[in-house]
Amino acid sequence: MHNFSWTLKMAYRDFRKNRVKLFLFVSSIIIGIAALVGISSFGDNLTKDIDQQAKELLGADLVLENNQPIGDLSFDSLAVAQAAEVNFASMVVFPNTGDSRLTQVRALEGDFPFYGTLETIPEDAEGNFRSGGKKALVEKILMAQFNAEIGDSIKVGESTFVIVGELQKVPGQTGITATVAPAVYIPMDHLKETGLVQYGSRLNYAKYYKLADEAEVENLIKPFKEEWEEANLRSNTVEDRKRSTGRSFQNLTNFLSLVAFIALLLGSVGVASAVNVFVKEKMPSVAVLRCLGVKASQIFSIYLSQIVVMGLIGSALGAALGTLLQYILPQVFADFLPVEVSVQASWSAIGSGMLTGLMISVLFALLPMLKVRKVSPMATLRPNEGDTQLRKDPLRWVVMFLIPLFIFSFSLYLLKGWQESLGFTGFVLFAFGALWLVATGIMWLIRKFLPISLSYPLRQSLANLYRPNNQTISLIATIGLGTAMISTLFFIQNQLLDEARFADKEDQPNMLFFDIQTPQVASVKELLQERNLPILQEVPIVTMRLESINAVTKKINEDLPEEARKSRSLYNREFRVTYRDSLISSERLMAGELKPVKTPGDSIFVSFEQGYAERTGIKMGDALVFNVQGRLIKTYVGSMRDVKFNQVSTNFLVIFPEQVLDNAPKFHVLITKTKNDRESADIQASIVRQFPNISVISLGTIVETLEEILGKISFVIQFMAFFSIATGILVLISSLIISKYQRMKESLLLRTLGAGMPLVTKINTLEYFFLGSLAALSGILLSFLATSLLNQFVFQLPFRVALQEAIVVYLVITGLTILLGWLNGRNIMGKPPMEILRE
Amino acid sequence: MGILSVQDVSKTYQSGNRKLTVLDQVTFDIQAGESIAIVGPSGSGKTTLLGLCAGLDTSSQGSISLNGQQMENLSEDQRAALRSQHVGFIFQNFQLLPTLTALENVMVPLELKRRKDASKKALELLEKVGLKDRATHYPSQLSGGEQQRVSIARAFANEPLVLFADEPTGNLDTETGEMIEDLIFNLNKEQGTTLILVTHDRELARRTDRIIQIKGGKIQEETHA
Repeated sequence: MHNFSWTLKMAYRDFRKNRVKLFLFVSSIIIGIAALVGISSFGDNLTKDIDQQAKELLGADLVLENNQPIGDLSFDSLAVAQAAEVNFASMVVFPNTGDSRLTQVRALEGDFPFYGTLETIPEDAEGNFRSGGKKALVEKILMAQFNAEIGDSIKVGESTFVIVGELQKVPGQTGITATVAPAVYIPMDHLKETGLVQYGSRLNYAKYYKLADEAEVENLIKPFKEEWEEANLRSNTVEDRKRSTGRSFQNLTNFLSLVAFIALLLGSVGVASAVNVFVKEKMPSVAVLRCLGVKASQIFSIYLSQIVVMGLIGSALGAALGTLLQYILPQVFADFLPVEVSVQASWSAIGSGMLTGLMISVLFALLPMLKVRKVSPMATLRPNEGDTQLRKDPLRWVVMFLIPLFIFSFSLYLLKGWQESLGFTGFVLFAFGALWLVATGIMWLIRKFLPISLSYPLRQSLANLYRPNNQTISLIATIGLGTAMISTLFFIQNQLLDEARFADKEDQPNMLFFDIQTPQVASVKELLQERNLPILQEVPIVTMRLESINAVTKKINEDLPEEARKSRSLYNREFRVTYRDSLISSERLMAGELKPVKTPGDSIFVSFEQGYAERTGIKMGDALVFNVQGRLIKTYVGSMRDVKFNQVSTNFLVIFPEQVLDNAPKFHVLITKTKNDRESADIQASIVRQFPNISVISLGTIVETLEEILGKISFVIQFMAFFSIATGILVLISSLIISKYQRMKESLLLRTLGAGMPLVTKINTLEYFFLGSLAALSGILLSFLATSLLNQFVFQLPFRVALQEAIVVYLVITGLTILLGWLNGRNIMGKPPMEILRE
Repeated sequence: MGILSVQDVSKTYQSGNRKLTVLDQVTFDIQAGESIAIVGPSGSGKTTLLGLCAGLDTSSQGSISLNGQQMENLSEDQRAALRSQHVGFIFQNFQLLPTLTALENVMVPLELKRRKDASKKALELLEKVGLKDRATHYPSQLSGGEQQRVSIARAFANEPLVLFADEPTGNLDTETGEMIEDLIFNLNKEQGTTLILVTHDRELARRTDRIIQIKGGKIQEETHA
């Protein structure tokens, strides 16, 4: 007990003089903890709010959906109220300007939403809309895009509606949904007049039910499930929606927590590096204490307890900052949130954040601190005495094992799957390892190939990077990883946009017309030819369902054991299929071949998209029976294709050979190439005017939407990556302050030797320039690697060195490092040497 | 057997393939209350010998007993306990703990011995070395001579049986050095401590009872005062 209290007393005595320095060490973890606590608290509040506002998410107690009209059902009598909706993608035209755009048209009947409201401007627009007449409610993003105002007209198909309100918020919808498919609400009574309900229209029918307050929905619908399953009706209850929304957001907050955790890890590397300097400074004191008879374990405890206290203070500050951060997060994620998120301190998030911060800072601090145990008392007589190398220390290996174990456990807690957690741990170790290698490699190259003929300031500033305790490598690692995260994001975002823009190449299509009825094909082609627009592809599309797979029908499949069962979606989905005997440029044959049907009665071989087949368990040679509008067609899987889905083209999961579907009811897609945006706008306006049922997508619209979505997503990721950069900056600041005394002494020496202020300033600036450059370059190199891997395996894009973007990132990071260096050194530079000497 | 007995002690270091013998079969005995000086040129092995005698390091061969305890049989922590009980140190560069005040520096050995009156006793010792009024000052606020006086107070705090001093006046000017020497020998006499000091300073060595001259790791000569 005496030992313990004496250890604490000594720790306190030491702490008094070191508290500012120690605080600097742990300051690096504050931002990481803040991010972690902020995100976790936000996640907790979001889960709670999704739970409380679940009914508003769905707007009803139960929704049934189908792509066929839903007639009267036996369940209907159980409902207190019902509403119906038909929704589909269609062009709308603003007659005032003639502008048109593809939107999500929702024809509504009844009082949906039963829970929550359609938020509109003006506020009474919903009532006005429901009072009858040809009125429409239009999503605010559309109104803004086309400068439309309340009272203007909007043309849906062949019918014109008056805009009575601007939709601000629809229950369960997010800003992102509105960006991808902005909605236009029209009354169901006037749907037919639009002329858009015809064969080939991709309509979705929904029935909304409000049940009695006391009704137990899940029990109530149980007896009807089989009937709905058979009728291909998809049911969705409040509980279902709560589960799926909760799960998606749990995944999102877990992912963001991992990003925050990376910032924390970066901070911890900063802690380890700073503690390393601290321990080196403490070695003489440790040797004296050993000499005076203090046990190694006691000395170790004296310093460890200080780190624990500062870790706790750092974690508490981080937790407080994180709790405040919550006030910003709902704004950051505004476009993704389907519910109003409340702001409340989450004690579980604060507790676990603080514990994580404490554990990670102590674990990382332990690595350099273990050296304390190895200091020989002989070092009092001979300062270089004693082996403090830890290679043979078993405890060092224990800590080296505990760090990845902790990272793994933390990611397992968030990701739940051990494979994903191993992947994340591997990624973190790889990223740090790669940065360490890059940083060490660059440093080695400089040292090895630094020409002696360089000017003195250049040589001196480069040599300063190797100054003992300079933390150069850890600074490069922390700032570098932050840079790598931001620049990878930056590069990928720009590359995706460029890819979309560059898709507008000479022979590449850039405009797509779909939902063309067979009798309209000739007229549309004529219209295009009149304007000298080439018809690059004319694709017939037939809709069908799968009846059986290897003689297993939907019903048999349901009764099979889980491991033998095929994915339900195979039986439930509607396949849109084309027929041709050759591949197009976006396809590559991976197995088998496209076999044409030569004579009637030949076996029919269809081609599957390989990825889809793998996901659903379809194999070469499987016998599939398709139901084409009531006619059963037996086929075999004869080939697999790899399809590039990132081109303006019609791509299909299933392709039939020619001659099989010639007489089936179908609709068509035409693809052309316009020379410029003006020409695209003109042809779009003509087609929509003459054929209101035809939908048009131009590359311009895709790029525009992509830009908006990427903008929203990247804002969130940049916000998260900011934590890593900020941590890197904190590590840099703390390192500069720690080395201030050393820098002061060096400047003093130089000035005593007769160097003028401009020379000393030049050397210092060059040192910061090299430090910033090395960190930025390491980060950029790593981000090139990450970008090329992402391009190859995720986006399937060719890797392009984003030189311009890289230069911007490099200049910003290097400039920031020089600026911080100057700010840190400004009060040293002005002082006369004698004054510094006395200090 | 004396309070410190050194029997056939050698110390060798491995430097690559080369074996470097720093001390070669050194033997001597020191009686309680005796004062001796170890002198010799730089690199002769005198600091190594001091470290071994104080239990700061272990010999490669031979045995050393301090107050009847065989050092080579003790672990590092046991040797640390022995030091805290029976040994005091004075260093050339003072070796005060920079984060502790003068008083706290002197208190450390007393606290290690679990003395309840550590603070009172430490203050008495500071008074003896003439630094009572500087008790709350940190080492960086004291001059070299003052720091060495605090170091002396700390060395005598646990009333050691043996006091080891490594060039105690090496970093001080002549006048201050003489004052420090007087202080060491006076306190030594007062407490009946055994004093072993390593020095280049012949004058200082002559004030001890015995001088052990060491060269090339071997004892060259022993002279009695």
